[in-house]
Amino acid sequence: MTALDETTTASPRRTAPGPDIERVRRARRVPRRRHGVVLLGLAAAVTTLFLVNLLLGSYTFTLPDAAVLAFGGDIGNPTAAYIFTESKLPRALLAVFVGLCFGAGGAVFQTTLRNPLASPDIIGISTGASAAAVVALLTFDLRGDAVALAAAIGAVATALLVRWVAGGAGGFRLVLVGVGTGAALLAVIHYLFSRAAIWDAQLALRWLSGSLNDADWSRVRTIVIVLVVLLPLLWWSAAALRVTELGTDAASGLGVTPRRSELLMLVAVLLVAAGVAAAGPVAFLAFLSGPIARGLNKGRTSIAGAALVGAAILLGADYVGQYLIGGVKMPAGVITGAVGAPFLLWLMARGASGRSPR
Amino acid sequence: MSAATPLTGSESAPTRLYADGVSLGYDDRTIVHDLTVAIPDGKVTVIVGGNGCGKSTLLRGMARLLRPRGGAVLLDGEAVHTLPTKKVAQRIGLLPQNPIAPEGVTVVDLVGRGRHPHQSAFRRWGAEDDAAVAEALALTDTTDLAERIVDELSGGQRQRVWIAMALAQGTDLLLLDEPTTYLDVAHQVEMLDLLHELNTRAGTTIVMVLHDLNLSARYADHLVALKEGRIVAEGTPEQVVTEGVVLEVFGLENRVITDPVSHTPLVLPVGRRPARGAVVALDNMKENQ
Repeated sequence: MTALDETTTASPRRTAPGPDIERVRRARRVPRRRHGVVLLGLAAAVTTLFLVNLLLGSYTFTLPDAAVLAFGGDIGNPTAAYIFTESKLPRALLAVFVGLCFGAGGAVFQTTLRNPLASPDIIGISTGASAAAVVALLTFDLRGDAVALAAAIGAVATALLVRWVAGGAGGFRLVLVGVGTGAALLAVIHYLFSRAAIWDAQLALRWLSGSLNDADWSRVRTIVIVLVVLLPLLWWSAAALRVTELGTDAASGLGVTPRRSELLMLVAVLLVAAGVAAAGPVAFLAFLSGPIARGLNKGRTSIAGAALVGAAILLGADYVGQYLIGGVKMPAGVITGAVGAPFLLWLMARGASGRSPR
Repeated sequence: MSAATPLTGSESAPTRLYADGVSLGYDDRTIVHDLTVAIPDGKVTVIVGGNGCGKSTLLRGMARLLRPRGGAVLLDGEAVHTLPTKKVAQRIGLLPQNPIAPEGVTVVDLVGRGRHPHQSAFRRWGAEDDAAVAEALALTDTTDLAERIVDELSGGQRQRVWIAMALAQGTDLLLLDEPTTYLDVAHQVEMLDLLHELNTRAGTTIVMVLHDLNLSARYADHLVALKEGRIVAEGTPEQVVTEGVVLEVFGLENRVITDPVSHTPLVLPVGRRPARGAVVALDNMKENQ
């Protein structure tokens, strides 16, 4: 082999340039800056939509009045103050937090399982959380945080069941098993509602497609507590996502065991469960957020971006459902469902994983 | 044919990476049986063998991707499966068979992910990471691709970028599972030249699985021939690439001559198709009748 290298490796192209550290720094900044701009833009969009939900609608407020009310002041109109602090403000806040939960949870699923269809609302996990909450509500007559806990248990149990039945194989098998499980759990919800003989359309809609109609401060408090616990965990475990998305073997070679992605998935499941407990399984919200954030970020994964997209979509959908559909008030989940279905079809037509393996 | 040299009796492992009677497998199937091999430090070791002989399994076992059923893979005298993955990743660089380039990822970003074993929640990215990435790009001649999107590169460029990622890990042990698959012959040679240069310039110990026996004989200092999860022959290419070993390992009738370019053994398969001269002679005979 010694005779070989001296003669053949002297290709003129490989005149090994010295390490160019400055170039690496510059090249690394480009995608980061883009990501920063995307996050800033999304944060601005969420803020704008939040203010729109708060100030406009059937009962409008001026920004100074809203500021006074938000900090516990008095504007000399008790009815307006009540509507603002007990309805509009908790509702808009809940939309933001639930949106963050679904957006981040969905993007973690899609990235870890490398399939945009493998989002928690398509593979039955949201429905599982919802079914467990309905069981707690109607069969065990529980209320408040107990229902949220039931939703979390339902979400984790569904995730474990889907993974067990799919046999650890990701991809379309997991999606198919998940869709089947979701359909079965949906039947459970329908059955319980018909048995309970209190077919309240609003309540049914909330647990079937998601709605912010019963937003109140106790729901806001619960979801804030959940986010305070889960977001640092998500931030810590999502750092490994940069490595796990290279494939299991490459990730292990870089010191990340599959156990780390399981922790990340658990965090995502709990985020979705918290969202479901607060607003029901908002149709397609988790599914839509990740790909939209990716699209804005030149195809690159952005969990934070997906979370903000989730918040923006839910704020927008709630406003549209409340005020922009003539005459009727639609729950937010019906609006996201109407937007999500064509997107799902488009994704299917395009070929969900139509990328080269390398 | 030279049998595997047993290295029993020695208290400490003779080399940094050492498989000590290791058995490896998946589910209920054991693929590598009680295999002992010392990977020579600072050399290029190539594992060869037929399909399903366990060569990739052995490499995966050495990289701690598989937990051994018996025996152990020792890294600096410690069993790799008892070490934390991150500690192993700081000492062994790995290029698996089918890594996935995430959508939209740039070359520097991907290569930078090779620095992950050196980072933690509290120590994220620093100047030495920039330097390691710059050096990995320079070594693989990919500096000019730094800002490009990995998806848009050619096969040969992409493979060099993946090797740069493994190099950015900053280890002096590098394991590669079939780094030349999907590459045409020119790019295969380019890839192997690159690895050879790394070995001679930086003294990196390289272990790789290759399909092409003749290229293996050219680039390996040390060859390990496997069949059914056991070592059939081990040693220099001249010791391993013989007609007898090739017949036993691949079940292929063959002739071995000296490669006129590299002076290493060159295997010529003997198939059932008769030599051209004979065909012409037969045709002539038919015409004469």
